[in-house]
Order: sequence, then structure tokens, then C-alpha cells
Amino acid sequence: MSDSARHGNPRPQGSRIDPYFDQYAQRARGMVASEIRALFAVTARPEIVSLAGGSPYVTALPLDVVGDMVGDLVAGQGSVALQYCTAQGDPGLREKICEVMSLEGIKAHPDDVVVTVGSQQALDLITRIFVDPGDVVLAEAPSYVGALGSFAAYQADVVHVQMDDDGLIPEALAETIQRLTSAGRTMKFLYTVPNYQNPAGVTLAAGRRHRILEICRAAGLLVIEDNPYGLLGFDGEPPRALRADDPDGVVYLGTFSKTFAPGVRVGWAAAPSAIRDKLVLAAESAVLCHSSFSQLAVREYLATQPWREQVKAFRELYRQRRDTMLDALSAQMPEGCRWTSPAGGFYVWLRLPDGINSKAMLPRAVSSRVAYVPGTGFYADGSGTDHVRLSYCFPEPDRIREGVRRLAQVIEAEIDLRATFGSVPSLGGPGSDTPGPGDL
Amino acid sequence: MKRLDHVVVLAGGLSPERDVSLRSGRRVRDALDEAGVEVTIADADAALIPSLLADRPDAVFPAIHGSYGEDGAIREILDLTGVPYVGSVASACRGAFDKPTAKALVAAAGISTPDSVTLPREIFHDLGANAVIERIIARLGLPLFVKPARGGSSLGASPVRTAAELPTAVVSCFAYGDTALIERFIEGTEVAVSVVDLGNGPQPLPAVEIVPGAGQYDYTARYTAGQTEFYTPARLPDAASDEVTKAAARAHSALGLRDISRTDLIVSEAGDVYFLEVNVSPGMTETSTLPMALDAAGHEFGEACLTLLQLAAERKV
Repeated sequence: MSDSARHGNPRPQGSRIDPYFDQYAQRARGMVASEIRALFAVTARPEIVSLAGGSPYVTALPLDVVGDMVGDLVAGQGSVALQYCTAQGDPGLREKICEVMSLEGIKAHPDDVVVTVGSQQALDLITRIFVDPGDVVLAEAPSYVGALGSFAAYQADVVHVQMDDDGLIPEALAETIQRLTSAGRTMKFLYTVPNYQNPAGVTLAAGRRHRILEICRAAGLLVIEDNPYGLLGFDGEPPRALRADDPDGVVYLGTFSKTFAPGVRVGWAAAPSAIRDKLVLAAESAVLCHSSFSQLAVREYLATQPWREQVKAFRELYRQRRDTMLDALSAQMPEGCRWTSPAGGFYVWLRLPDGINSKAMLPRAVSSRVAYVPGTGFYADGSGTDHVRLSYCFPEPDRIREGVRRLAQVIEAEIDLRATFGSVPSLGGPGSDTPGPGDL
Repeated sequence: MKRLDHVVVLAGGLSPERDVSLRSGRRVRDALDEAGVEVTIADADAALIPSLLADRPDAVFPAIHGSYGEDGAIREILDLTGVPYVGSVASACRGAFDKPTAKALVAAAGISTPDSVTLPREIFHDLGANAVIERIIARLGLPLFVKPARGGSSLGASPVRTAAELPTAVVSCFAYGDTALIERFIEGTEVAVSVVDLGNGPQPLPAVEIVPGAGQYDYTARYTAGQTEFYTPARLPDAASDEVTKAAARAHSALGLRDISRTDLIVSEAGDVYFLEVNVSPGMTETSTLPMALDAAGHEFGEACLTLLQLAAERKV
């Protein structure tokens, strides 16, 4: 018997399924079913070559060794690993984090560090403690989608600053700050991914770093340096961190998601002491404390395993895949396409021929069994229709070649459609334009 | 009725409706599980045929939407493996899934359907898009509605209010398929009428009226709980209400459908009923109209799914 028949009354007229629909906060209005997001469900199937997801190739880890290490951790230190800890994070892990940051020139004390659930939570906490609705956050154009999500959740007004092949353009930053200051806007921080940027793949030139810091210092603007890929450069030493030269003006965000494994969800923020104190309190209210188990697993990994050698192995693996993708793009892409040549990290940023819309093209690409992320996901202002982000971190080289071959055919078909209909505006659906972290 | 030891719910597939299908499949599985049936979910992939042959289920409930699920392909495979299934046979699915074909068959059975043209992508290329578009508007007028000839969940579908919007709508449509169905847009009340056969012949369920909050019943309005208001039964005059249920039953019959279908119709402001399209593997998600209609008719969802599977299992393969 149906619910309505059982209770003896008819279904109330005008059901909306979700009785709380009108009670959600304003910031939840954009959380809707997305046509583009639904397409990414298909990319989980092996028939699809996904150049969309940014998942590290964790299969390259010595999984049996890690398994033994985790088993020993529970057997030997279970009473600590399975217990609550402090919101700032395990002191031993924070010491190790300082060692990791020293590779990029940062001199930090473990007290400066707050452990977070991936660096994504650090982004959330930073935005939570700084941003009131309507405040301006400056970010590169394009910028990391996860950061834009956090900024949107706190109703920040993201203003993008132009980049070129050498990263953020200092003059553009200065001009933007001046313009916003003149307009009486409240700017809270500059968010930047200086190394092997997601999605553009470019790196902030060494010569620009001091200038960027100077501009921000002069404007009293905090810098949020998000650096997930800094140790994954393909040539030479890791770039020197911004925080190394201005520890009072830069909050550094790091993560073990790329150098170890995203599944442990361990990241961190290294911040000036006053900001650190607020981050600890904010973290406490958000999660009480982080996973002791994950923190100790990472601490043990750093203490007992040759992690620097493993990072080197990751670098070599990703370098080969980067080369495969760049070679395939050169061989396959139709005229009018341009792309970046990343010196590290996971991503190539591909510009499509004039008039081709990356978001509108995605369904056809998925039908042709290749996936990418439309550029629109990396802008807060609707830009990016002419770009796609391609990732080479997860697919094997032969899959990368096949994916690029399929994508080239899809772009050719779009060029043909464009020639038939001319330039027409694209219908844009609401909701997210990017895959979830588990969609590959 | 036959006792079922093991059934399979098919969900997923490779179409853009995969996510919707997975949600439909999970809901059917949970309902059957609650009804006490051993149920597994399977995808349409390389493991399907070996698993059906190795562990033959009593019956299969196809909940795959879009291509494979609704174009007859998966039904052919089930026939080839000798496994009974809920729903229409492959040949009927082919006719129903292709919207222009379904419109023609239903129109031949005496049901009105909006005037339309069906054009492949190449014709715009070869004859010139502007000339073709000009002819479409001259012939059908405005407003129009453009959708892929094959596919569902409103993907690639959009209304056209002005001539300038038509090229955009056609290009968006071609993102999901190579043939566009362009039909005259009928203003009115949108309803979905499901037809189920629970052993007493195909019976239309109460019409569900669809009132999308943002104006168009697009993908977001379909699958974001709260964005669309549903009235069951539809707020139609008795005569129109009677006519939509009859039209759905006639469409089900004219297309040779079996067990279950959902027909989408529109009742114009003048009270005329128009057939829009039919689905042989209707959505079963929390925001889908068929489960709402079952509930309104006094059928418990899990029991209805179970009955459909039992009836399928009793059929000769």
C-alpha cells in the first residue's frame, strides 16, 4: 500500500519533493543538478579516456609497503592513532612539514603550521576567517576551481588578474588593486598558485615574485600561496616559495595529496601567528580535530620511507606523460589551437580555435569517448569558454595519445559546425562545470 | 505469482543520462530489497553477458536511460541471452525512442502532436543554415521547441522565442545528437502520464502536472529537488484529465509498448491535448514522475516493481 493510501489522505497538491527548498541559505542557491556535472558520471567508465580528472597516479606508490606501515601504525601506536588530537595537528607531523617546506626555502617553526583536511580545508578556513559577503578576493585568471568554490561559499566577489606564460602579471595586479581601491572596494587577499598552476600549467617567473610581494605589501594585502605542485617540477630545483621571502605577508598552503596520496586528506597552512591562532579556532569549530590516523600515517611515511625518492619517481612519471601529451597535441590538434607547456604539475591549458565553446562541446566529446574540463569552471565571471583543461597525470601514455586523437576529431567537428552556423551564443546551464574529485 | 530468487537491475550505460540511470537503478534496487528480493545492479558493460549466463536471474529490470537502454539495444542483448525482462521489446523501443517516428505512429493513431520538422546536421551544412532556418520559421512560425531526435532528460532541448534564438538552439541540440526535431511550441499545461501493466492490462496512472519554478523543465529543474512543483493528479478539467490518460494509453498501444511507459503531453490553453514524446525506460529517481503517479494510484513502488518482474519472469522467452 502506498504512503498516501496508508495514511488515508491524498498526496498534498503541489509537492516539491524537498519541503525545505525555501529555507536554504543564499549561498546554497547555486548547489543544483548540473548537466555538465552529470556528463562526468560517464567518464568513470573505462571506455572514456578522461583527460578531465586531476587524480594523482597513486598506483606508482609501493602500496604493499604502505600497507605494512599502516598495519604497524595501528598495532604499535593505535591508542594515539585512533584517538582525538589537537585542532592544530600532530606536533611530530608539523615538524616533518617544516622539513618539507624547507625544500622551497621556507624557514618555519612547527608552531606556525596548522594541519588541515587537504589544503582545500585550509582554503575554506582562510576564507571563513577573512571574507564577509561582498568582499573582494583577487585570483589569477584562470584560477583553481576548488578555491573558487570556497570563495563562492562565503559569497566573496572574485576579481581575476591577468596572467601570461610567466604567471601573474605584476602590472595587472597593481592596476587592479588601484582600480578597486579607487572604487572603495574591500580586498581581503590575493590567492595564487604560483607553481605549475592549475589549470594553466604556468609558473610565476622568479623575477616577478619579489614584485608581486612588494605590490601586495604596499597595499596591505595578504597573499595566499597555494602550492600543491611545487615539488613536482620536471627541471631543476623547486621554485622558491613566496613565503620564503615574506613570512609575515604570506599564508602558505601545502598538501600531501600529490607527493604522497590524496586519500589521506592531509594538508596544511603555514601562517603568521595571529592568523594561525584564528585558523586553529576555526578548524576546531569545523571538525573538532583532524584524523589522527591519517596524520600519523603521513608522519610515519615521511619518517620511515624514502619519500624524496618517491617524489622523484612521480616527477619522472608525470614528465613522460606531459611529453606524451604535448607530442600528441602537436601531431593531432587542428589549426587555431594553442596550448601551454607546463614545466611541472598535472595540466595543459588548451585554447580552442575562435568561436568554439568548450562547455557546449563537452557532450559531443563525451559521446566520442573523451572528457576534459571546460575552461568556464576556472573563472568566477563566466569567462573561459574558449579554453579546456587537459590533465595528463592519471591516464597511461597510450590512453593520453588516444584521448588527444579523439579530442582533435571533436574539435574538427565543432569547427565544421561553427562554419555552418557562424558564431552563435551558447546556452549555459546552471551548476558546476567541473568534475567532482572522484570523477575520472 | 512466480517467486523470484534473484533479479538484476540494469543501470548506468554510456549515455549522458548515466547519472540519472544510476539514481533510478539504486531506487529500484532499494525498493526491491525492501520487498525481500535478492537484487543486484549491473551496468551495460563487458561483464554483463558473462554474468547473466553464469548466474541467470529470474528477470531483469532495465533502468538504463538514453541510448542502449531505450533504443532497443539492451533488450536485444537480453533476448540473445534468454533472460526475461520488464518492458518493451526491442523493435517497439526503436520506434518509441526515435521521437519523429514515435510522433508519426502516434499521430496515425489519432493523437495530435505539434507540427514539426526533423533535420540532420548535414542538411544545414550542405544547404546553408540560414536558408534552412528561414524556411523552418516560415513554415512553423514561433515559438518553437528544439530537441535531439533521440535522447532524454531534456538534454540538448531548448525553447525558441525569437528567430535569432533558433541557430543557438539547433547548435545546442547537435551537442547531444546529429538530428534535430524542431516542433511548434505549444503553450499550456505540461503533464506526464505513466502507463503500467500490473497484470490487468496497461492502465494509465493519474497524470502528474509539472510546474518548473524557473519556467523551463530542463535538466536542472528535473533533478534538483524543490525546483519543480508537481501536482498529482494534474489540475486539469475532468474532460482534459480524461483525455490525457486516454492519449497515453493509446500511445502505449500504438507504439506496441509493454509493461511500462511514460508519455509526456501538453494541454494547450484551448484544452487540446498534444503528444510530445514517450519513454520506455522512465526515470525512477526521487524527482521522477512515474513513482509519484504510482503512489497517487495507491501502488507501493517496491511492490509494483516486484509485480512487473514477476510478470516478466512468467513470460516465455
